[in-house]
Amino acid sequence: MKRELPSDLLLGAKLRLLRMHFESGVGHIGGNLSSFDILMCLYHQMLGRDDAFVLSKGHAAGALYVTLWSKGVLTDDDLATFHRDETRLSGHPPCNGIPEVLFATGSLGHGPSLASGLALAKQLRGEPGRVFCLTSDGEWNEGSCWEALIFAKHHGLSNLTLIVDLNGLQGFGTTKEVANLDSLAEKFRNFGWQVQEVDGHDVAALSAALTSSADSDYPQAIVARTTKGNGVSFMEGRMDSHYLPMDRARYDQAVREIKLAGVPTRDDGE
Amino acid sequence: MRAQFCALMVEAAASPDFVFLTGDLGFKALEPVRDALGKRFINVGVAEQNMVSLAAGLARSGMRPWAYSIAPFMYARPFEQIRNDICLHNLSVVMVGNGGGYGYGVMGATHHAIEDYGVMLTLPHMRVLIPAFDGDLRPMVHRLASTESPVYLRLGLSEEPKDLALPQYSAWRQLLSRGSEGRATILAVGPLAGGIVEAARTIPQDRRPSVWLLSELPFADVPQPLIDDLSMSGHLLVVEEHVEHGGVGGMVAQYLLTRGVGPRRFTHLPARGYPSGLYGSQKFHRRESGLDPSSVLGIACQI
Repeated sequence: MKRELPSDLLLGAKLRLLRMHFESGVGHIGGNLSSFDILMCLYHQMLGRDDAFVLSKGHAAGALYVTLWSKGVLTDDDLATFHRDETRLSGHPPCNGIPEVLFATGSLGHGPSLASGLALAKQLRGEPGRVFCLTSDGEWNEGSCWEALIFAKHHGLSNLTLIVDLNGLQGFGTTKEVANLDSLAEKFRNFGWQVQEVDGHDVAALSAALTSSADSDYPQAIVARTTKGNGVSFMEGRMDSHYLPMDRARYDQAVREIKLAGVPTRDDGE
Repeated sequence: MRAQFCALMVEAAASPDFVFLTGDLGFKALEPVRDALGKRFINVGVAEQNMVSLAAGLARSGMRPWAYSIAPFMYARPFEQIRNDICLHNLSVVMVGNGGGYGYGVMGATHHAIEDYGVMLTLPHMRVLIPAFDGDLRPMVHRLASTESPVYLRLGLSEEPKDLALPQYSAWRQLLSRGSEGRATILAVGPLAGGIVEAARTIPQDRRPSVWLLSELPFADVPQPLIDDLSMSGHLLVVEEHVEHGGVGGMVAQYLLTRGVGPRRFTHLPARGYPSGLYGSQKFHRRESGLDPSSVLGIACQI
């Protein structure tokens, strides 16, 4: 059930994400920008009442909060509390306070199993809907991810779609330097999954991949090639965008660049 | 105790939300459960982390998952999944650990669970049930059918004392009354209570210690009759197949001290690990830790 994701909505939300990170003085912006198009596609085009979503890469909480803001679930007042005392919006998704957040995540390697449990419950009860889970790429260092991969295939969880935000950077190096899993897509195929590889910043391609994943007899993986710090020249592909907040000059530059680039691929909806 | 457990799981299969997960354990035991549950019996394979998070996902969807493994693999390997995925969200998942304490005897240290409930009780919302006798399981399982929070169920081998009518199940039970000259109150946790009671009954009646049994943690209150008893006997011994740190001994001592009703003498007899570095049966390991009936009663009766 594909719905429209207007480019001005996407652009506006991306600018709101930058502003939230700037105002709160919080890092993790790089991994939020790499995930942002995926989250916006999911929430605006895919997720319906019967569906569920688990953000396994909990460090992209900022992108999730702003996506929920763009859906009207969170308000500007909510976003203003991000990372501050007495906030519901902790640096990683909280266990209470936001009904749309099913699980507190942030320790990597939990999401694929949690999503499998949600998908299994739907199967056992014969309920409709699909479960989506977004992981990082470094996260696949965690053995528990592979436990879930084996389980979901073996038990035919065809109502499950895993999405990997393949930005190539992890905590203390590139994914190739730290623990090279290239190619993740090939490994998933070897585990019996159906895999699509897409440009994770091409909204139309993402949308098509997500839509077609919903019609399969197999659990589905979408490996989305992304850029950490996408759209901001001084962040793109840089480790420090994982950790460091922006100063005023950097923030102004980021806003200019995001506005100038607009949205790479216009999705007119169908 | 596992046979009774399986029979109760077969009965529980009638509830459509009941799901049973096992981490590839239960050969020659869980087959009737598998047959009764059909697709709601899931062998997740040797993957305890996945099993616990799956259970969280099932519970979040409104189902009632029970996850089963041997005790050490149930609480230690997937600890973070228990903490983050189940307990932070207060989900109703029952985690069943078979062979608590030194239950797996000569299988060795990796198969023992002598710090399980202490570790589990550090987590929010967690409750621990420790049946001592086969008959304890039915009332426990019956209650768990409607529990709304995480539970760790520590199974062991029932050691029912011969020729003794056990009191009806409750969290605290007095198994043996203290003799008029008895100078100790024994509080035991888990199946080892059976052997202690049986041995205590061979002591002349007037010199017997009282024996109490605790089966549910954490506890809100120590019953007044137990407090009265230990104030008369003057000596409380807490005996448990669990290490000192995080054990019931510390919990009870804290409770009594906080309320100013501590006995004159307090002895904690916990599991002491592997003092000789050698391995053997569950009874061997209890002896090594001084948890066998004669060691316990030797202290209780100052023999």
